[in-house]
Amino acid sequence: MINTQKTKTPMPHQDAKLRINNFDEVALGYTVQQAQNEALRCLSCKNSPCTTGCPVNVDIKKFISQIVEGDFESAYQTIAKTNCLPAVCGRVCPQEIQCESKCVCGIKGQPVAIGRLERFVADWHAQRQTTQTSTCTKQKIAVVGSGPSGLACAGDLARLGYQVTVFEALHVLGGVLAYGIPQFRLPKEIVENEVENLKKLGVEFQTNVVIGKLFDVDELKNQGYSAIYLATGAGLPKFMNIPGEGLSGVYSANEYLTRINLMKAYLENSTTPILKGKKVCVVGGGNVAMDAARSALRMGSEVHVVYRRGEQELPARKEEIEHGKEEGLIFDFLTNPVKILGKDGFVVGMECVKMQLGQPDASGRRRPEEIPQSNFVIDCDLVIMALGTSPNPLLKNSTPNLQTDKWGCIVVDQNGQTSMENVYAGGDATTGSATVILAMSQGKLVAKSIDEKLKNQ
Amino acid sequence: MKLNQIVEKKQLNQVVYLMGIYNPAVANKAKAGQFVIFKHKESERIPLTIADCNSKMGIVYIVFQQAGVSTAILSRANVGEQLDHFAGPLGNATNFEKVKSACVVAGGVGAAIAYPIAKTLHSQNAKVDAILGFRSKNLVFFEEKFQTVADTHIVTDDGSYAQKGLVTYSLEQLLNTKQYDCVFVVGPLPMMKAVANLTKEYSVKTIASMNPIMIDGTGMCGGCRLTVDGKTKFACVDGPDFDAHKVDFDQLIARNKTYQQFERHAYDKYCNLLKK
Repeated sequence: MINTQKTKTPMPHQDAKLRINNFDEVALGYTVQQAQNEALRCLSCKNSPCTTGCPVNVDIKKFISQIVEGDFESAYQTIAKTNCLPAVCGRVCPQEIQCESKCVCGIKGQPVAIGRLERFVADWHAQRQTTQTSTCTKQKIAVVGSGPSGLACAGDLARLGYQVTVFEALHVLGGVLAYGIPQFRLPKEIVENEVENLKKLGVEFQTNVVIGKLFDVDELKNQGYSAIYLATGAGLPKFMNIPGEGLSGVYSANEYLTRINLMKAYLENSTTPILKGKKVCVVGGGNVAMDAARSALRMGSEVHVVYRRGEQELPARKEEIEHGKEEGLIFDFLTNPVKILGKDGFVVGMECVKMQLGQPDASGRRRPEEIPQSNFVIDCDLVIMALGTSPNPLLKNSTPNLQTDKWGCIVVDQNGQTSMENVYAGGDATTGSATVILAMSQGKLVAKSIDEKLKNQ
Repeated sequence: MKLNQIVEKKQLNQVVYLMGIYNPAVANKAKAGQFVIFKHKESERIPLTIADCNSKMGIVYIVFQQAGVSTAILSRANVGEQLDHFAGPLGNATNFEKVKSACVVAGGVGAAIAYPIAKTLHSQNAKVDAILGFRSKNLVFFEEKFQTVADTHIVTDDGSYAQKGLVTYSLEQLLNTKQYDCVFVVGPLPMMKAVANLTKEYSVKTIASMNPIMIDGTGMCGGCRLTVDGKTKFACVDGPDFDAHKVDFDQLIARNKTYQQFERHAYDKYCNLLKK
């Protein structure tokens, strides 16, 4: 029996007034009843358009039907076949432009809440999981970076029986899942749990190892690694190169979020300091901007999101924008900073100019243009630049044979192979800032490529 | 020996400590001018320039001044203890190419960072002068070490030992009589700024080793940015060495004060905890 309800079954949330005072998760997850009610909205379309919208082609129709039957463990196994981080993806994937954008229910109402269902199944499994182990006896593989792409690749290779070592530069595993995405959107326990699962599968992790500095790619080969996967992410934050960016009180979103997420600067006893700011301007409109802005709200600040285009053009995930609005974010659209003002070395304001949208540019979005003489000043004491990131140059600088493009992205073929033999790359290191799921899908692709290459050797 | 175990600990003066850390991979790879990042117990991630390495024994030597909570935590760790986290070598090695004569100028704890520079120059047969500045006699350290690799001049602010005065005083005397291919300077920002201003008058190439606020040390946070020749640079991936004549010292002096209040407060709180 199909549920003909036109809208998604609402997700229980922490109340906005309460949650801006804590870093606990905002969305609380479906109950069994809510999940089954939502699962019943699925029309089980013959051609499964949703699956074509998923970068890792999860068999969505099948796992939803398993939820209807109450067989949640099977539903988990269905997802896990192609997605090794379902608890993460259920929370951070931009479903509205992926699976849910293809859902037939979305034509006359809201699409089935696929992301919420995925999360439900993953959380259900995490509470009851049984230890999955495997014996890894095949060749040694090195994975550089423990972000979503590295974890996905490591998991698939371990399941195929390879001996995988993951090298992480920081002291905590998870890459952007650990330092970037805040606790209230992706609790760190979920990332830790995923890492634990990989350890049980036989994956070895080494923290505090900066590849390109401690060992270079050739040295890894000499240590007996038959193949190397470079998943070093796009770590280098961009700045606007406007006057005043050197003032105290100007952060990159990476720095602000790292202080909060990785170093726990929001806890009273943290030894890592953070400037709190009465009024904060976050420059940018992507997911990272929303994460930084909503973190700043929780640090007790009035927060403005300053974005040079309009609301329609915001690249952030829809749910994050809605949550941000509920929590009291103030959006200053069509506004672009030109100068940061300081006094005694600290930020006191940001001079901006008003923008208007002109003709569409190469990206298809309408190009923002300055309105002459529309300058004005926003009084603020903290500015957070969330303008995107470019690939980390450490590897490129230490590996002259590794071909990169003019933006510093590692060049790969359709199998994820770089210009060096048995060296593969994927994730943001090859694409520039993208999404968790895309990075993951490339990790899986490379796992397959490596297996194809090595299994006959 | 265990990885990241403290194998040696020496107090060099009231506030400066030397530690030998067992980490063969880092000891094997590190070059003069590079740094490590440690994190121990509840400390922050703190960058420290490598003072020396014994690659045979697998030991990395760090020298640090106890200045805040994190360095206080480190100073209380004892021989045998394993540091929780120790990553390196980070940053670019100092470039010594074609340097046949040099003056190495250091202030305070900077002497520890200057030592591997003088040592490397000495090993490539360069003529090396070293000027080491300290506030007073009881703070002087590494004098004998420097004497084995450089013609060493000590100055103290209060004149309690050797020459009274600032490093710039001795440097000016040397610049008047000698030709250097390069001056290397490590120390507090105002001192490096003064040295840069002086050597600029003499048109002597000068390299400063910068140590701004950092978190990851791999280019990810951008907290260590500084302006060099009008452009934004990250000390961790572009440095830590920069052309001292092009560094905007005033901006960095201001930036390094960002957390002064927080740090003083946190340090007082930590000291009070210890008293209890």
